[in-house]
Amino acid sequence: MSEKTDITLTINGNDHAIKVEPRRTLVDAIREDCGQTGTHIGCEHGICGACTVIVDGEPVRSCLMFAVQAAGKKIRTVEGLATDDTLHPMQQAFMDHHGLQCGFCTPGFLMLAVGVLEREPNISDDDLLDVLSSNLCRCTGYQGIIKAVRAAAIEMRGK
Amino acid sequence: MKPAPFIRHVPKTLDEALKVLAEVAPEDGRILAGGQSLVPIMAFRLAKPAHLVDINEVEGLDRLHSDGKTLSIGARVRHGAFHKNVVDNPLGKLLTFVGHHIAHYPIRMRGTFCGSLAHADPSSEWCLVSATLDATMIAKSARGERTIKATDYFQGIMSTALAEDELLAEVRLPLLAADAKFGFNEFSRRAGDFAMSASLVTYTVKNGKIADAHVGVGGAEPSPRRIAEAETALNGQTPGDAAFRAAAEAAASAIEPLEDHQTTGEYRRDLVRAVVRRALENSQS
Repeated sequence: MSEKTDITLTINGNDHAIKVEPRRTLVDAIREDCGQTGTHIGCEHGICGACTVIVDGEPVRSCLMFAVQAAGKKIRTVEGLATDDTLHPMQQAFMDHHGLQCGFCTPGFLMLAVGVLEREPNISDDDLLDVLSSNLCRCTGYQGIIKAVRAAAIEMRGK
Repeated sequence: MKPAPFIRHVPKTLDEALKVLAEVAPEDGRILAGGQSLVPIMAFRLAKPAHLVDINEVEGLDRLHSDGKTLSIGARVRHGAFHKNVVDNPLGKLLTFVGHHIAHYPIRMRGTFCGSLAHADPSSEWCLVSATLDATMIAKSARGERTIKATDYFQGIMSTALAEDELLAEVRLPLLAADAKFGFNEFSRRAGDFAMSASLVTYTVKNGKIADAHVGVGGAEPSPRRIAEAETALNGQTPGDAAFRAAAEAAASAIEPLEDHQTTGEYRRDLVRAVVRRALENSQS
């Protein structure tokens, strides 16, 4: 009944021609069909934010979107943040400010923070705190993540 | 945690969407808009729709406009649209303020205003807004179009007046008086979580007295609604602590609170007393 369809996902500028059922979530397609395993799957129902990616400039939960809905859109994942050997300012800030321990939630936090700051570079500290409440981290106690994102926000504004 | 198989339909026009919805509705066909509530319940297999009519590519449903009297919100207007002030009226500020309490930023990028009303979770902020402000719902189907008043629309937990072949194509919110004040407060255990109780209030002040008070309560009963007893307690009174407390008390007495394994009725009644009072205390123009 639910036949596979041919779609092309454009992830970090690279086209991936894949065949998926309509029920395939975007995150499953990114990982299983396109082999981009930097994006993590946590809760699979939109609570934890581990699977956050940027679709057409908007940070979204990729477990709450079907892959077929992302065909033709520009998808960005954690693999696309660094340029050659240079980390994205957000990645560097997470290292510098102890924004991660086990790293499971990190790709989601990075894409959330980058996605929001690109849209709203002058977001207030309070609003940024509210944004960071979107995702769950069970290691850091969040303080390192908040410090890292605030530091990266300043650096990103400077560019 | 994987949704069950379904057939996806991707109409490009409203007529096409209504036609396919009429065909698949009897076979458990549903509308897919933002998917931020539907996809999780599909992941849990609480919902296993055989067909999804994906309206994300339908022309014109993202329309958001004001004619000077009402604000019309199309079926695909996402929560994030209200991050900015969308209309030069206190309603615009109200929607921005309340909208920030909906789930989290990435959810607000996808979820839709009308989808939230179609889902009709008792704790939904947009359902509370629609009930408090006497919104009008525009339901469209292959059979035609009809308007539904908020008081008739909400029919219980995740239950509305929409027929299975109807699309909630648009919601119309009346603009507020230019000098209207509004206040909102909700209580949830975690930032962005479902509200266990929420209140939205609007009123104007004429000759130092409260007039045209609307007091809405959500999350406490199966559907959000205006609480007439609390409005009576406000109208004609001087805005301030005494009137606000009396209205909060009236709201707390008037409701028939939901109970669940974590929350007794008395506790929820107490929350209502608190959120109504806080909404009034926070009220601003």
